[in-house]
Amino acid sequence: MKTETIASENLLSKQKPTNGNSNKSGSRTKVVLAGNPNVGKSVFFNHLSGMYVDVSNFPGTTVSITSAQYKNYNIYDSPGTYGVSAFTEEEKVARDVILSADVVLNVVNSLHLHRDLFLTLQLIEMGKKVSVLLNFSDEVKKNKIKIDVEKLSQLLGVEVIETSAIKKEGFDKLDFAIENSRIGNCDQKVKELLSDTAKITGSEAEALLIKEGDVEVAKRHNSDPGTVDDREYLYIQRRNRVNNIVDQVEFENSTKGIIFSKLGRMTLNPFTGIPILAFVLLVIYFFVGDLISQRVVDYTENEIGVGIFEYNLKSLVADYTPSTITVEILGENDDVIDSRSFEFPQGKSENPELAEKFKSFSTKDGSVSDFVYENPIATLFFGEFGVLTMTITYLLFLLLPLVLGFYFIMAILEDSGYLPRLATMLDRTLNRIGLNGKAVIPIMLGFGCITMANITTRILGTNRERSIVTAILQFVIPCSAQLAVIAFLLARAGTVPLLIFMVTIFTILITLSTILNRLLPGESSPLLLDLPTMKIPQLRNVLKKTFFRAYGFMKEAYVWFFVGALGIGLMQITNLLSVWQNLLEPLTTNWLKLPKEAANAFIMGMVRRDFGAAGLFDIQLSAMQITVAIITITIFVPCIASFVVMLKERGWKEGISIWIGTWITAFFIGGLVAQIII
Amino acid sequence: MALTLDKALKGHSLTIAKLPNGDIKSQLIRLGITEGLTVSCIEKLPGGTIVLRRNRQEIALGSALAKSIEIVL
Ligand SMILES: Nc1nc2c(ncn2[C@@H]2O[C@H](COP(=O)(O)OP(=O)(O)OP(=O)(O)O)[C@@H](O)[C@H]2O)c(=O)[nH]1
Ligand SMILES: [Mg+2]
Repeated sequence: MKTETIASENLLSKQKPTNGNSNKSGSRTKVVLAGNPNVGKSVFFNHLSGMYVDVSNFPGTTVSITSAQYKNYNIYDSPGTYGVSAFTEEEKVARDVILSADVVLNVVNSLHLHRDLFLTLQLIEMGKKVSVLLNFSDEVKKNKIKIDVEKLSQLLGVEVIETSAIKKEGFDKLDFAIENSRIGNCDQKVKELLSDTAKITGSEAEALLIKEGDVEVAKRHNSDPGTVDDREYLYIQRRNRVNNIVDQVEFENSTKGIIFSKLGRMTLNPFTGIPILAFVLLVIYFFVGDLISQRVVDYTENEIGVGIFEYNLKSLVADYTPSTITVEILGENDDVIDSRSFEFPQGKSENPELAEKFKSFSTKDGSVSDFVYENPIATLFFGEFGVLTMTITYLLFLLLPLVLGFYFIMAILEDSGYLPRLATMLDRTLNRIGLNGKAVIPIMLGFGCITMANITTRILGTNRERSIVTAILQFVIPCSAQLAVIAFLLARAGTVPLLIFMVTIFTILITLSTILNRLLPGESSPLLLDLPTMKIPQLRNVLKKTFFRAYGFMKEAYVWFFVGALGIGLMQITNLLSVWQNLLEPLTTNWLKLPKEAANAFIMGMVRRDFGAAGLFDIQLSAMQITVAIITITIFVPCIASFVVMLKERGWKEGISIWIGTWITAFFIGGLVAQIII
Repeated sequence: MALTLDKALKGHSLTIAKLPNGDIKSQLIRLGITEGLTVSCIEKLPGGTIVLRRNRQEIALGSALAKSIEIVL
């Protein structure tokens, strides 16, 4: 999914927004789904395109453009925005795609007409061909609200269609909505105000934005942007017209119509909110840290991965190549009860008798077989770190279950509507480090995938906030794959290492953001956040999201894992690995106090951090050494994908500084901790 | 001195008297918060973050922003 998003972005930048309505003959009609944040645009997009983009219950889920073909149309999903403007990076993305649209399908949350119709009127004033999808009609019924759809359509001058995206109601009328989209009733005064500028720009759309003070759009046409006062005038006029329309079309039949979410309230108030947060974290800990990373993974990795998959594959290879197999029978406490060595100088198939003995001995309870091949190529592909053995076990039987667990939890959190409330509760705390509560959203998403979160920083109000959060994400936030390995290694190490790890990472977080807050010029923006209602997550959506993310993860990760494993294997054969190990030895053994083989983890970690941790699995480490290794790997450089996205979003200077910064900090802090605890 | 939004207490119903100037004003107007509007304060957090409600809509405002909005109780 990540790559897709990036690709579709490139596509956008190539298609320079051109004159508003002109439908270039020959090219397909461009239909853009636009609307306020969190109104269901992405649900419609998924339906129309047959593709998958994330749907979640917080403003700011979609932060880039995704496009697809639907019938004769090109359909675009856009980031939510309360109006067409350029207050944040995310809004600029939405603005440009709306400017280039032939048809706008304006998705509206019927429960929030006051808020949503502002954008609708603006789109109409821009002279866009519009149809309105009055979404959330299921909630409207539940809350006993009556909306006069015909009257609304008449006042706006465009089609208005009732829909309920999650109940798939009204989907059959989408074609009608696209075909019958038209330019609505524009306020006469606004029209006159724009007429001069529209002559220069060729469209009302850009003329309106210029009048509203959009510097970039003005530059594109070499004209002067309007002043803040101009914008305010237009905004206030529009706001009044919205209120006027809503008064005419909306009736609340019941006094009990007000949504009252008790749980939603409780998450805001610290007295109840902090215990709720603690509870949520505890559930996550038990689910991922205990259930998945110990019980489930223990089974999948050892029983299925090593016991069945690797054993059979390696045994098959041993049939045809000279090999020595050592089998140990382990007792209940992992003590060696019995041990035998089998030698097959011509391969196992040449000595059926011994092979049979090996088979019966190695299939006893508690047996562990160690295959050593003479042939370096066989070792490279099927040996202990074999490209086809270790990598597959690691990817499929260790990482995949862990990552699925994390994605599942994240999906539940995202769909519940909890994140914006957590953002509100933590607002004050984040103010201290130069952020506002909204920063919680990209940071929490970072625990899922840093690459995705790097793009989501677009929802933040200022550049300095984006810089601070980007740094936090690369330095201290472990992504799910990484958390998975950390949880797994820490489960072996115990509680004290967990505490040391958390305290260290937290201290770096505070120090880093405090320093950046001091250094970066300007001021951060205050919180202004529309809170969605809390709801019970939709199981279907949660499962779908978990599946798609896990699929996307595997699709991206496996290449790197195979390439990485091959690289490490080759370095091992050519002795380059020992050169690297010896080179880093002073750092690894004296400063970090780890065995010199731990240096493997650092080359592997440059590819992907979760892959780096794989370098730690087969080294004997004490609990404290695990702690140091994990701290170092967590701070260490971001994975290649997120590095690339970071460069794209934040530029070379910032990207490279962060990258180098993570190297220095990782080794400095790792060593410091090592000197204290080992 | 005029009363500002950060002084509001949980449960208060209040009228917005004056919004701060600049971009933030436009953003507030867009969201539906305008001068003269009556809203209720449904939560006030220890750091001064305020949550307002208007009809079915709940909006959180940071303390710095709340301090710059003048209100009448
Ligand atoms: N009850 C109800 N919920 C809906 C409806 N349509 C969408 N939702 C929910 O609204 C939330 C937001 O949906 P999205 O499709 O992510 O919204 P979006 O407009 O793409 O949001 P952004 O990408 O953040 O701008 C999800 O939790 C959906 O399940 C509807 O008709 N009724
Ligand atoms: Mg979306």
